[in-house]
Amino acid sequence: MALYSEKVMDHFRNPRNVGVIEDADGIGEVGNAKCGDIMKMYLKIEDDVIRDVKFETFGCGSAIASSSMATELIKGQPVSEAMKLTNKAVAEALDGLPDYKMHCSVLAEEAIQSALDDYRKKKES
Amino acid sequence: MIYADNAATTKISETAIKTMTSVMEETWGNPSSLYAHGQRAKELLEEAREEIARAIGAEPREIYFTSGGSEADNQAIRSMAAQGKKKGKMHIVSSAFEHHAVLHTLKALEKEGFEVTLVDVHEKGVVVPEEVEEALRDDTCLVTIMFANNEIGTIQPIAEIGEICKKRGIPFHTDAVQAVGHIPVNVKDGKFDLLSASAHKFHGPKGVGFLYAGKGVRLTNLIEGGAQERGKRAGTENVPGIAAMAKALTEALEGLEEKRERLTKKRDRLIEGLKEIEHSALNGAADNRLPGNVNFCFEGIEGESLLLLLDDKGICASSGSACTSGSLDPSHVLLAIGRVHDVAHGSLRLSIDEETSDEDVETIIRSVKEVVEYLRSFSPIWRDLVNGKKEFIL
Ligand SMILES: Cc1ncc(COP(=O)(O)O)c(C=O)c1O
Ligand SMILES: [Zn+2]
Repeated sequence: MALYSEKVMDHFRNPRNVGVIEDADGIGEVGNAKCGDIMKMYLKIEDDVIRDVKFETFGCGSAIASSSMATELIKGQPVSEAMKLTNKAVAEALDGLPDYKMHCSVLAEEAIQSALDDYRKKKES
Repeated sequence: MIYADNAATTKISETAIKTMTSVMEETWGNPSSLYAHGQRAKELLEEAREEIARAIGAEPREIYFTSGGSEADNQAIRSMAAQGKKKGKMHIVSSAFEHHAVLHTLKALEKEGFEVTLVDVHEKGVVVPEEVEEALRDDTCLVTIMFANNEIGTIQPIAEIGEICKKRGIPFHTDAVQAVGHIPVNVKDGKFDLLSASAHKFHGPKGVGFLYAGKGVRLTNLIEGGAQERGKRAGTENVPGIAAMAKALTEALEGLEEKRERLTKKRDRLIEGLKEIEHSALNGAADNRLPGNVNFCFEGIEGESLLLLLDDKGICASSGSACTSGSLDPSHVLLAIGRVHDVAHGSLRLSIDEETSDEDVETIIRSVKEVVEYLRSFSPIWRDLVNGKKEFIL
């Protein structure tokens, strides 16, 4: 039995939306090096719609795959929809993650939410 | 496939396979039965005991067959703890980077009232004999220090430690699972009272090992039942596995010096090649390490993703990252030599052997360089390091 599903391996081997957005409207960074996974999300938002999203991740296979999948799930979505993204949705879209790897999908959810918070704060000020 | 994870397990040798199958086909009787068919199995068992004893400079009666290294470690430690407890001696000295078979047994004993002192292994991953001596107390009932570390391959000054223990009359156990069959191990030189070994680390079968217990050492049973192994380990013996283990050990020791020399050259080339990766560091002392062991930390990347991408390139290796251990902490061995979490997550262990060709070594170096560079290209930590937002540790 393989450690990960085909989907996880596909997103791990060919991560979508890797990189940086220099003039991002929202940036979120979560996790820490102590626990072994860090994710950074960059959002480009126009008219409250996520036009572009990029990520950088330091972490295991499922952390990279979760970041990649999370960006795919919110790209092109209105901010209000992206805010509803859950770690469950990320894990399901990846055809599941091993139990002890669920925290990686939680991190992906938190990274997106943190970037959206940043966007809102910037907008308010 | 390039198999560079021999510290995890080795490929069973042809000789060992042949021995196992022939025993299973022809000598499958129970060694405890008194008819000739059973007695033939008994003979094989005793021949294996002699062969193994000879290989490590012991007497046959000092060898007890077990299900592997973990059982041998458990039994050695439990036995000395039981003896100590009888005399009110409930203190044990060990090191911070022992295998979990040792550390978890010690943890269990702490719950039973024992005190454990773990001596430091310092940055180089080597125990200092004087510090073992300083840790000894009047109530110390056991010193257990591994022969060579399974993750970073550093060889410990066990002869000196054995000498100290002998002078003080304290039993000394060594977990020699990574050493036996790879570097010379002689119980007389080491002054060991107890020594653990495991067949699958020297091209023997899995699930079989042995415990050496010198004369006068009283073992306690972990498994009660029949009178096998002189009453110290019940259960019908794994005759095919034991016979194959003996053959595998003899084979491993043939031309050991030349093999070690050849392997050391490859190991050193591997170290040299990987050192070219910037912000990386070898874990453990460069000298005095197992001939096939290379262990590196690469800053800014995580070990599991490194392993998965190496696997895609046909290279089998291992890592001490948290994500490969299934816990949140990276390897206790890397933490014990002072690697901080950030860096310990990005570790890679390559354990090569005879079958690793010079070409394989070059392929490994090239592949690791490629993968590390790729993973760094989208690592937020690496970006912060390069942009000066964080300071490089390595
Ligand atoms: C140093 C050390 N001790 C003990 C063991 C356990 O041996 P086994 O797998 O035979 O139980 C291992 C192998 O994983 C080891 O490397
Ligand atoms: Zn992870």
